[in-house]
Amino acid sequence: MSTAQPNDGAPLLDVTDLVKHFPVKRGILIDREVGQVRAVDGVSFRVERGETLGLVGESGSGKSTVCRAVVRLIEATSGSIKFEGREIAGLGRRQMRPLRRQMQMIFQDPYASLNPRKRVGQIVGEPLKRQGVASGSELRRQVQELLERVGLSSEHFYRYPHEFSGGQRQRIGIARAISLRPKLVICDEPVSALDVSIQAQIVNLLDDLQDEFGLAYLFVAHDIGVVRHISDRVAVMHEGKIVEQGSVDQVCERPQDEYTKKLLAAVPIPDPRQSRERVRNR
Amino acid sequence: MSARALLSVRDLRVGFTTEDGLLQAVDGVSFDLRPGEVLAIVGESGSGKSVTAQTMIGLTRARNSRIEGSVELAGEELMSAGDAKMRQLRGERIAMVFQDPMTSFNPVYRIGAQIVEAIRAHRPETSKAEGRARAVELLGAVGIPDPERRVDAYPHEFSGGMRQRAMIAMALALEPEVLIADEPTTALDVTIQAQILRLLEQLNRERNLATILITHDLGVVAEIADRVLVMYAGKVVEQGTLDEIFYDPQHPYTWGLLGSLTRLDQPRPKRLPQIAGSPPSLLDLPQGCPFRPRCPHEFSKCPQYPPLEARLPDAPGHCDRCWLTPEEKGEKRVVAGRIGLEAPNA
Repeated sequence: MSTAQPNDGAPLLDVTDLVKHFPVKRGILIDREVGQVRAVDGVSFRVERGETLGLVGESGSGKSTVCRAVVRLIEATSGSIKFEGREIAGLGRRQMRPLRRQMQMIFQDPYASLNPRKRVGQIVGEPLKRQGVASGSELRRQVQELLERVGLSSEHFYRYPHEFSGGQRQRIGIARAISLRPKLVICDEPVSALDVSIQAQIVNLLDDLQDEFGLAYLFVAHDIGVVRHISDRVAVMHEGKIVEQGSVDQVCERPQDEYTKKLLAAVPIPDPRQSRERVRNR
Repeated sequence: MSARALLSVRDLRVGFTTEDGLLQAVDGVSFDLRPGEVLAIVGESGSGKSVTAQTMIGLTRARNSRIEGSVELAGEELMSAGDAKMRQLRGERIAMVFQDPMTSFNPVYRIGAQIVEAIRAHRPETSKAEGRARAVELLGAVGIPDPERRVDAYPHEFSGGMRQRAMIAMALALEPEVLIADEPTTALDVTIQAQILRLLEQLNRERNLATILITHDLGVVAEIADRVLVMYAGKVVEQGTLDEIFYDPQHPYTWGLLGSLTRLDQPRPKRLPQIAGSPPSLLDLPQGCPFRPRCPHEFSKCPQYPPLEARLPDAPGHCDRCWLTPEEKGEKRVVAGRIGLEAPNA
């Protein structure tokens, strides 16, 4: 177990100067490093308890790399990642394990992030079992409760992922992520693969769960409309750097950075008269 | 009466026999497309929008498919045309751009060579040099910088947006009259999406190209469509002009689609209006209106499916499939929230 006590005054997640460079290699027998992709290039942000930080950017901006580095799926090149005041950037697998209870992830692709050969009950119950929280009939009861909480039915326990639609699969992924009652959930494009009408359902569900369990979200998306809806604060990423960060109102209503302005201006407005207006002013 | 229809679809029905029975993917779709017009077909996955488009160019012909109805291109029936005839029509008169620019090109051939191949397949008399010159010209026309050099690039050397531009260039190679764009911007970033929409708009204007845009994104629709068809479970549930659909939507499903959008131009609502449930299985449709199980306004008439007809006295082209009277719709739409947009300064 950890020796350092969590510091209650510290932000839940405090990332400072995070860098991730991927080497570019050439050569047949002997790999030579010929360059580096600076996927994340000095990124700093905080997530406070119970709040949502939206991280928005286009493909290749480095936002997914940030997520993966924070949950330690990949190793950062340098920088500090503090969870409740404790440095986790260099921790080993073993030392990370108790922290995984506090920090969970929801993935973009609801088709790829669930093991097709496992039943829903096993998928959602896996973290509870692994962490030794529950087993046997108690595990089943808890999983069924979770399934109902995310809008599925307790009878879905014995079904396989392929029997569900995209939106339902994302609910399964959410049930798995909240099963350990984490403090932080990292959502990597959780709605971008879904139909618009289903997106609204999932966004509302995430909102409800946040209120109920006091979750904090690091919500990563390329759709600034969704980010604006769900976030308390927003950080805009471009080419590995955060170009602008602030409250939703600051960033979305009074953007300062040129790239943020460009991003906001590119979002289609579902109102024909306003669209025509924009065409005239172009 | 406006210009004559270039493409005329009547009662198109496409079914697939599956192990679990007949799956009616498209169930009686009719519409007209005029030269220079952009028609958007909107719906969720499984609504039949892509199957409708693919059937028009003969891509759903298969042993297990059943296709009925009529598709006429400038008076010529396509549904009874042979495969050789369809092959000739595709590209030459109707071209299609697909969603995924990553998989639509063959990765082992150069972009230019693939465009030349498309041209020479239809115009064998074209020399390779002529074909190449044409490819350069097309790539330039869709806004690819330095086309003389980029014509020799491989698909992986292009970004997603560039590949979609190249895809559009290839679609335009034989100067078709109709362009079908199936979710052309869904895989792209918003800033690139805006560029591709500008390009489609420009082509539509300059070449009088009739365009069918298939999308689930009403934001995209608002940017470039002239008319809109809303599809649900294989049927058209509402059709009208762009303004009719956005400012006076008649079908509760359309309200749901409009309501569930996040909008940058409006204050954030506490909760997003959502459509409950998920689309029905096409193998197990409810009796009557297929939207019934998800519709908050369901009443005693709904177990019968209403025909698609104009229900507003002053909008003969605005049709929908809902039993509610226009007055009831007006009231229920207001209760439902932000639906039925207030036009700015109107």
